[in-house]
Amino acid sequence: MTAHAEPLLSLRGVKAYYGNVAALKGVDVEVREGEIVALIGANGAGKSTLMMTVFGAPRARQGQIHFAGRDITALPTHEIAKLRIAQSPEGRRIFSRMTVMENLQIGATVTDAVDLGADLERVFTLFPRLRDRRHQRGGTLSGGEQQMLAIGRALMSRPRLILLDEPSLGLAPLLVQQIFAAIRALNERDKLTVFLVEQNAYHALKLAHRGYVMVNGLIALQGSGSELLRRPEIRAAYLEGGVR
Amino acid sequence: MEYFVQQLINGITLGSIYGLIAIGYTMVYGIVGMINFAHGDIFMVGAFLALIAFLVLVALGISTVPLALFIVLLVSMALTALYGWTVERIAYRPLRHSFRLAPLISAIGMSIVLQNYVQVAQGARVKPLPPLVHGGYTLFEGNDFAVRLSNIQIIIIITTIALMTGFSFLVARTRLGRNMRACEQDLKMAALVGIDVDRTISLTFVIGAALASVAGLMFLLYYGVVDFFIGFLAGVKAFTAAVLGGIGSLPGAMIGGILIGLIETMWSAYFSIEYKDVAAFAILIIVLIFLPTGLLGRPEVEKV
Ligand SMILES: Nc1ncnc2c1ncn2[C@@H]1O[C@H](COP(=O)(O)OP(=O)(O)OP(=O)(O)O)[C@@H](O)[C@H]1O
Ligand SMILES: [Mg+2]
Repeated sequence: MTAHAEPLLSLRGVKAYYGNVAALKGVDVEVREGEIVALIGANGAGKSTLMMTVFGAPRARQGQIHFAGRDITALPTHEIAKLRIAQSPEGRRIFSRMTVMENLQIGATVTDAVDLGADLERVFTLFPRLRDRRHQRGGTLSGGEQQMLAIGRALMSRPRLILLDEPSLGLAPLLVQQIFAAIRALNERDKLTVFLVEQNAYHALKLAHRGYVMVNGLIALQGSGSELLRRPEIRAAYLEGGVR
Repeated sequence: MEYFVQQLINGITLGSIYGLIAIGYTMVYGIVGMINFAHGDIFMVGAFLALIAFLVLVALGISTVPLALFIVLLVSMALTALYGWTVERIAYRPLRHSFRLAPLISAIGMSIVLQNYVQVAQGARVKPLPPLVHGGYTLFEGNDFAVRLSNIQIIIIITTIALMTGFSFLVARTRLGRNMRACEQDLKMAALVGIDVDRTISLTFVIGAALASVAGLMFLLYYGVVDFFIGFLAGVKAFTAAVLGGIGSLPGAMIGGILIGLIETMWSAYFSIEYKDVAAFAILIIVLIFLPTGLLGRPEVEKV
């Protein structure tokens, strides 16, 4: 990636509120084309809020958000999705009373289901479990399967950028490795740009090219993944005693 | 026995009308979580538009009954749908992110507005439509009682079945239906995948109003009279039907409609016709106390 190329996604001085409570207090973040960027931080730091603010829910009250050279700060949520940003949000938010297949079709809303078959095939190749479960209702899937479905649904829009909010939450270690391997494959093979929130800081920073550390609604630290992994304050706060 | 079968037929006819209205209540509740109190009045507006359309057709000299019926059906569906769209656009959408009771109050306001508007525009007196569809069939006779199925009843029941089948197909199989279900389950996620939530909600109101207008046309044909107040009682009964079936559930609304129609008819036939409306209200109260989720509703626990 070229150093001066404009970032695919950028947030500048973004502030967002729930009512009158500030959740983002002036955040600057950049994600460049082809990167995996990790966002880590303690519970309640504002990571999920940042992910949702990119989609305007909640809307940034101050600052600018640009995607692919376009100011999307005030764009309606569904219009933002049409620019091919996809999100697998916190809590997965599977449509639980729809089948796996329908969930994936819903994910293809912005492609107008052109080439639906090929897109489905891509998701089923990545997560073969979903193929076996395709006629099952989303709500009856296991946690891991729901996570795969949430990621699969996001991929169905053929995104340029995918936002993943805690894709490893609540999963067995083996499954976590599978999900992370899938993310790496998507990035390396399909050149998909990934912006990732993770509790699992070690895994996330090993996987990511760059990382941001969020504290209390602000970016406290940033750097390359390996750099951040070596920082003593990161080790103390997020790694030591934690899951390896 | 013959008498009972006759009441069964009458009840199903009436229930079809309630069922068509009930769908509008249940769909809107499913997606935006509000009771659209103006929906009964949309039904009333539909009945009036049908009446006006008939009169216009007669003035134009179109007197073939099936053709006239078909044109009236389309015209009143389209115009009533426009009313439904407008009500949502001006009275509910601006309040969507307001406090919970705001749209409800606005809906009661819209209900009063529509009633007064029709009262002023059309007068407060009952408006008749000369009977258009005559005849029928005697199914069987016995004990000095002939069980009759009139052509109007046949039209009402068949149209209702056709519309409900078509509508169920739309919800289950089409892209719009899928989007509607997605919005019903999780508005925020629906927007995240790129569904235009506002548009989907608008279309829900449009479809609900179109179905209510068909009910209005049926009502007009069946009873031959309309006035500006018919929306209130029919609305409450259709709402009861939706609650009985399980608010939010489409098959529930259909089944609830038929049941309320049957209960009302049987009550009138065997107990007291003066108190037939009490029956529907009594059911509403009993269901709310003992079966708050209705026959096919689901408890409000789901959501991750
Ligand atoms: N819908 C909401 N309404 C009000 N406050 C909220 C809402 N969502 C989040 N918050 C608050 O905003 C702050 C940031 O929350 P957020 O969910 O973004 O944190 P997070 O970093 O994702 O935390 P976690 O690691 O637990 O997921 C928290 O103080 C939280 O309580
Ligand atoms: Mg979070």
